[in-house]
This record gives sequence, C-alpha cells and structure tokens, in this order.
Amino acid sequence: MATSTTAVPSAGPVAGSRSFLSRLRDGDEIARLITFLFAASVVLITLLLVFELWQGSVLPRHKFGFSFFRTSVWDPIFDQFGALPFIYGTLVTAGVALIIAVPLGIGAAIFLAELAPARISDTLEFFIDLLAAVPSVIYGLLGVFIVVPLMREYIQPGLKNTLGFLPLFQGPAYGVGFLTAGIVLAIMVIPYIISVSREVLLSVPRDQREAALSLGSTRWESTWKVVVPFARGGIMGSIFLALARALGETMAVTMVIGNTPTISASLFSPGYSIAAVIANEFTEATGAMYTQSLIELGLVLFILTFVLNGFARLLIVATSQRGAGMGHT
Amino acid sequence: MHASVRPAVSVNIPPTVTNAGTREATSALSMRMTISKVNFFYGAKQTLFDISMGIATNKVTALIGPSGCGKSTLLRTFNRMHETVRNSRLQGEILLDGQDIIAQDVTALRRRIGMVFQRPNPFPKSIFDNVAYGLRINGSKLPIAEAVEKSLRHAALWDEVKDHLHKSAYELSGGQQQRLCIARALAVEPEVLLLDEPCSALDPISTAKIEELLVQLKDLCTIVIVTHNMQQAARVSDFTAFLLLGQLIEFSPTPQLFTTPTDPRTEAYITGRFG
Repeated sequence: MATSTTAVPSAGPVAGSRSFLSRLRDGDEIARLITFLFAASVVLITLLLVFELWQGSVLPRHKFGFSFFRTSVWDPIFDQFGALPFIYGTLVTAGVALIIAVPLGIGAAIFLAELAPARISDTLEFFIDLLAAVPSVIYGLLGVFIVVPLMREYIQPGLKNTLGFLPLFQGPAYGVGFLTAGIVLAIMVIPYIISVSREVLLSVPRDQREAALSLGSTRWESTWKVVVPFARGGIMGSIFLALARALGETMAVTMVIGNTPTISASLFSPGYSIAAVIANEFTEATGAMYTQSLIELGLVLFILTFVLNGFARLLIVATSQRGAGMGHT
Repeated sequence: MHASVRPAVSVNIPPTVTNAGTREATSALSMRMTISKVNFFYGAKQTLFDISMGIATNKVTALIGPSGCGKSTLLRTFNRMHETVRNSRLQGEILLDGQDIIAQDVTALRRRIGMVFQRPNPFPKSIFDNVAYGLRINGSKLPIAEAVEKSLRHAALWDEVKDHLHKSAYELSGGQQQRLCIARALAVEPEVLLLDEPCSALDPISTAKIEELLVQLKDLCTIVIVTHNMQQAARVSDFTAFLLLGQLIEFSPTPQLFTTPTDPRTEAYITGRFG
C-alpha cells in the first residue's frame, strides 16, 4: 500500500481517492488479499474445529479429567467413559497398516519410477490413482467378504501354527480384529504411498543419477544410495499422508475390527477404534454425558493426529541436518 | 586393431600411433583412448557421423563446436553414459588401453573413466561423504579418510573445506561444488576424466580456478573436456577437436587449430562468424 501511494502527490482527498483507485486497479494487491483470506481460512477452520470439540466435551472433561485417557470402561448405562481401548485400537491398526504398507508401497514406487518402462509405469499409475479414489465402504466390503474369511480360515491359523509362541498371534481366530483392520487399512493407504513416492522419485534430478552411475555404481546402487535418499523427504511425506488416513479411517475399519473395546496383546483379538466408535454410537447416544464423551473422543483423535504429524515432521528435520538445503523436497 | 587413427577431415593428425606395443618406441604420444568410426543414433536420428580420433595419455583434449554439434554426445559415449538414454545406439569402436569399452563391465569401465557434469551435482550428503561415495560403493580397502584428503587436495579444495568436512556439500559455493565433484570423480583414481562443460554454470573466478586445476591434473589422468568456450579450449587443452553437425571437422594440436586451421569451417567458427 505504501509503495503504491508514493508516486501520487500528497494532496489530501485527491491523493487518497487516487491511491484507492490505483490500489483497486492494482491486481497484485487484490490477488494478495484474496489469496491471504483463502490461506487464513485454513487456520480459521482448524481453530473452529478445536473450539467446537473443546466446547462440546465440557461434561466428560470435568468429570473424568485425565482419567478419560487411562481407563478402559465404556459404560453408557452408568455414565462411565474411558478412551484407552479406542486409542489403543486406533494406534495398533494404524501401526499394523504402516508396517505392511510402507515397504510394499515404497518398493512399488521404486519399481515404477526407476525400473519399469515408462508405458507400464504410467498405466499402473492410472490404476493406482483409481484405487486411491475408491470409497472406503467398498474397501470395507472387500474386507468383510474376502479378507475376514481368509484370515479366519487360513492366515490366522497359519500364523498361530508358526509364530504362535508370540503373544501377538495367540487366541481364537475370529477373522475380525486388529490384524484384519490393519491389513484392510494397508490396502487402502498403499496407493497414497506409491503415488506420492513415485512422483518424488521421478522428480529427482537426472544429474544425481548420472553422477552415481559415472562413479561406477550399478543401477541399483544409484537408486538405493542416491536417488532414494535424495527423495527421502517426499517419501516420508507420503508415509505421513498414509498415517493420517489410517488413523482417521472410519467405515472400512468399523466393518472389520470387531467393534469390541478391548486392549489385548493379540492382534487376532477384536478391538475398536476412535473413528469407529464415534460412527457407530453417535446417533444412538442418549444423554449429554454419553454424547459429549464421544465428542471428546473426536478431540482425542484430533490431538493424536496432530501430535503424530508434528513428531514425524520433527523426525524429518532432525535426520536431514546433514543433507541440509533439502527442505523443499 | 587399428594401428592408426585418422580424423575424418583434417590432415593435421596429432595422434598417429595407437598400438600399445609400440607406444614407447615410436612416439612421445601414447593413446589412452582410440575412437574409430563412431556413429551414434537417437532412434532414427543420427547425431554423430563416422568419428575417429585418439585421446592422448596425460594430455587435455578439448571438444568444441556450436550447440547441438554432438560434442557432449561424443563425450558421453566414452564412458557409455549414453546407455542411460532409451533408443540410443552406438556403432563403431571405442578402445580404452586397447580394449573395447563395449565388451567391458560397465561399472568397472566407469570407475576407470570418471565424469564431471555441466552443473555441479553433489549428493545431498556431507563433503566427506560425497568424496567417499565412489570408494565406498567400490568396496575400496584403502583408508577412506586419507583417500578423501588426497582427492580434495588434487581438486585444490582441501584448504577451503578441511575444517568442515562434515558440513553439507550444499553449503559450498557453485565453484567449490564443482571442484568437489571433480574430487569425487578423482577419488576412485580414474585413468580418464571427462568434463562436460564444467564451467558453464560458474562465474569467471571459479572458472579460472578450474582451468588452472585441469592443467595440473593432466599428470594424474587423461582429460577430455567439452566446452563451448573457445578461449577456454585454447587455454587448457593440448589438442582440440572441432565438431559441426555431428561430424569431426578438424582435430589438431590446440595452437595449430587456433592459429592455422585447415578447414574453412573451423576458421569461420573460431573467428566468430557463426556458432
């Protein structure tokens, strides 16, 4: 504003009106204002969301305080609510999903970006983008009709027979449970990891690859020791996207997790997640304490996502000090 | 085996004897590389035509010519970097120390023929790790720290970086980064160092430093440099090859090419009438 008025003679109202007109005509100024408003709305919506969740959960916050996070009783009849099994279910299913999806997704992305012929890579990318757009209820159906029977008949008995000495793989094979939910989530988030990682790998400058090759690297060495580290920031980004999706996924998880608030070392055990319990019980919740406890669960999920994302970002910053200057990738 | 190499057009043949057995006996010049009748294609398009020349051991050979004349393409065939481009095809024979480069293992070949690129392209690692990269992937048994220091000294960068070897290479200036890339290439002790317009992204002072460096490096290895800068070719090289539209027009000792060119096209180019 100051810059646009400097050229105008400082003559009271005339100067004022001219500067106003010139500012109107000045596309830069308008564009700046409009885009600023758009950007600000993101922050505004986030704050509003937190405010609403905070306001809406006043009763349980006062009644339970921090014990809300520590207790496992979920009893609408006696108005006793604890979030621990839901937090546990959310973290475990997201964790299982990432353990499966990250190696598969990154491996597939490396193949598509580095090794596959361009035509195959582009064709597959089309299908991967399609997979990312499939509604989650469809994945839920896939889970119910295919993954659950497979788990019950083959995978869970198989795991029990081979790795059954681990507490992770003990207990009855119901089909539904943490492991099944994690696997369905993995199937859902793999397209995100592949798609973003592939783009990032493709954008690594050609001269990085050539520098590695010219020093006598094999193709795999140039990929694994130069191209992938160069793209590390972006690949991490794809993992966070997947994590955020896995933490908040509602429909598909609800259909295969078993919907029982349990904390169990066994991945075969049915469980419950935050998003699933909100979806299942919100419409039937009677009484202010019940409803507000579900809203507080929403707040917990929000905080969980926020903290995990922040932590992940810190991790990137902390581990990329040596390769400084790479903040943009 | 080709006993002699004739540049396509010029009669001023600097390298004449390439037979390894008679090297010492017959000539002061020995040939590190021999290129005979090289044709190169991108898909159906031919970009190099019947190029034959020799690269003299421990000398600097410059490839000059206007943009698109094929000088970079030619350089990239020397360490088979052209193979990274799909649909490319090479005909003819390129010998390194008398052995066909195409028949060799490509990674082993590239350890013997290092390359420095147009724009500085250090890895996003520390200065030390950049230089050590080649040693590590090749499983070198040498103490890495010493080899890194030696390479950085050869690249005239040691004094500037010795106190912060573990800083990111990206904190260096463009000229320093390019010398780092030279150090990185030298670390694996190549016999030949290829440079593809190494100064085109640098300021005059950094350029002068690199030119000075190249003249010193010839004792260490054989150097081939592509440049669009004729003054640079005149300053640093012992032999100069002038290419035009994929053909080798003239190949002579550098003073001769710049003072008494035999081909009218060479003369037109070096006097600035085109290009």
